[in-house]
Amino acid sequence: MLKLTRVIAVALPMLSGAAYAQETVKIGYIDPLSGGGASVGEGGLKTFQYLADELNAKGGILGHKVEIIPLDNKTNPQESLIQAQKAIDAGAHYITQGNGSSVGAALEDFVTKHNTRNPGKEVLYFNYAAVDPSMTNEKCSFWHFRWDANSDIKMEALTNYMKGNAAIKKVYLINQDYSFGQSVRTQARKMLGEKRPDVQIVGDELHPLLKITDFSPYIAKIKASGADSVVTGNWGQDFALLLKAAADAGLKVNWYTYYAGGAGGPTAIKQTGLDHQVFQISEGIPNSDNPAAMEFEKAFRAKVGLSLWYPRAVNEMRMFKAAAEKANSIDPVKVAAALEDLKFDVLDGGSGVMRKDDHQFFQPIYISSFGARSEKEPFDEENTGWGWRMVAKIDTPQTMLPTTCKMTRP
Amino acid sequence: MLELIVISTLNGVLFGMLLFLLSSGLTVIFSMMGVLNFAHASFYMLGAFFGYQLTKWIGFWPALVLAPLLVGAVGMAVERYGLRNTHKHGHVAELLLTFGLAFAIEEIVSMIWGKSPVDYRVPAALDFPAFTIFSTNYPAYKIFMLAISVLIFIALLIVLKRTRVGLIVEAALTHPHMVGHLGHNVGQVFMLVFGVGSALAGLAGVIAGPALVTQSDMAALLGPILFVVIVFGGLGSLPGAFIASLFIGLVQTFAVALNGSLASTFGPLDPSIGPSVLSDIWNVTIAQIAPVLPYVLLVVILIVRPMGLLGTRET
Repeated sequence: MLKLTRVIAVALPMLSGAAYAQETVKIGYIDPLSGGGASVGEGGLKTFQYLADELNAKGGILGHKVEIIPLDNKTNPQESLIQAQKAIDAGAHYITQGNGSSVGAALEDFVTKHNTRNPGKEVLYFNYAAVDPSMTNEKCSFWHFRWDANSDIKMEALTNYMKGNAAIKKVYLINQDYSFGQSVRTQARKMLGEKRPDVQIVGDELHPLLKITDFSPYIAKIKASGADSVVTGNWGQDFALLLKAAADAGLKVNWYTYYAGGAGGPTAIKQTGLDHQVFQISEGIPNSDNPAAMEFEKAFRAKVGLSLWYPRAVNEMRMFKAAAEKANSIDPVKVAAALEDLKFDVLDGGSGVMRKDDHQFFQPIYISSFGARSEKEPFDEENTGWGWRMVAKIDTPQTMLPTTCKMTRP
Repeated sequence: MLELIVISTLNGVLFGMLLFLLSSGLTVIFSMMGVLNFAHASFYMLGAFFGYQLTKWIGFWPALVLAPLLVGAVGMAVERYGLRNTHKHGHVAELLLTFGLAFAIEEIVSMIWGKSPVDYRVPAALDFPAFTIFSTNYPAYKIFMLAISVLIFIALLIVLKRTRVGLIVEAALTHPHMVGHLGHNVGQVFMLVFGVGSALAGLAGVIAGPALVTQSDMAALLGPILFVVIVFGGLGSLPGAFIASLFIGLVQTFAVALNGSLASTFGPLDPSIGPSVLSDIWNVTIAQIAPVLPYVLLVVILIVRPMGLLGTRET
């Protein structure tokens, strides 16, 4: 009997060990796949599935197959928590989300609580696009990692660029009425006030998130204000429809945006006829001067049929692999530790780093404008013939804003 | 300022007329059958998607005629094989049927056309600025939408007030049994009215699709506001629905254009109060509460005048 027990005692861990090596790395993708955010959510899903395929073609992560589980959160924080639980129940130790900082903040909180209550069953939250600064400042969590530059960093860079343009006299702010939109508006007011006290803010609008189908009343208001430039953090259909209404009304202003390149955006910009008057800030553009990134873009377009809108997702997945290899484990706690202060060469060239203090990834960011292409710019968007052109690059060290995060570590 | 007023009026009237295309059918169906058709906005969505698909196959102009007819046929089928059968089980059953139908249509639409917006464009023949007013272009397509809505309104009025068909419909609204005894097929009248109501919603979808977004949640976005319109105007009253549609359209558009807040009227709050719920309310602008305004109106009208503006009976 004793002998048998010994055999079992030895064999059991071996069995479970063998099972572990077979385990797939499941990543719960929690984003809108219906409703007003569906166009961006579906694009994101295709991107992550492409990236998972790419990893799997090269043997996955430490021999484990990578699987993306799509979960529709309808851009709703409560719904997201249900979907996160579903992901965990399905065996996912990693969740990724991007659209909507309201959702992001809820998930960050959820993951932190879940991990405190379930030691040994930790879950990591990889954030690829929710850019509310509070998520890596006062609300920061050890279990959250963000690959997108936060809203303050973007606004800092954008206003630095606007500072040099003497033609800007009257600025109109229009943003979505939730945490991210409000932070864009506050920061724009603050930073423009510091850098260009002569610039007049002639309008400051907040509208409901992803609910407006006709922006004509807002455009009429912008027109009446006499603004020469508009700053907006709008994304998804809120950007595309805003520009569509602007095109209909023939509004001619410069647009300084966060997400002009999202689904429907380029088409709407082309309709406005604003050639290189719409600016966007991002961590990479299709027409970058980096051959590896262009190669990736080409392969991605050929297979997915979309332009790569999330270079940060590429960085996220590749860095996940790098961290797992560094830790030699797919255990979330070990991966999290390995990600801290991990340096990584990003897709669009240059080096980035995941700062240990707040789990914010810092990387070179670019300001680009949308319009007619030169010969060196092979990629257009949404068959408009127009493409992105880089107008300014901000290197990693210049993006490092201080953080107020006091992280609690396990 | 004048520019803002003129453009906002145009936009408001346009949105109001679109609401009228939808609410006219809904309100007549309600007064006839006593059922709030929850699926009415879904017929609007169906119209937009049929319009999109037919435009791709045979062009916009044939689609403009065919898509509403198709939606009308779907509506008639729903009445004939759905509502008529559940009628004997009372209004709750009918209500639940339309409620379920709304979800079913949304799911079917997103199964066929996906959940992202489809590329439903303004036809090239109408894709130009109709006129420029104070340096703002007004798109020809929007004028076209306005024209269609006005035409439909006039046609409806004539049919209901000046023809025999209208006479029978009006009679069937209040005295269905008497109309039946006089030898008219009341069931057929119901089916016809339901079909025409759905077709009008479909037409609204076909013309609104290119101007707004055509996607599977468009019914959910517009649905609630329709109920506001018909309750506000008075259930069953066509002129009421007309006035309410225009009113709500204008209120929503103008509310967006206004920047006033309590803070701008009475000056900023004492800083000693600091950031609190009170200061949030104090600083919120009319533009920010624009989307809620119709529902506030709904509550107010139900308290002050429960039968609605031109309604004749209690709701």
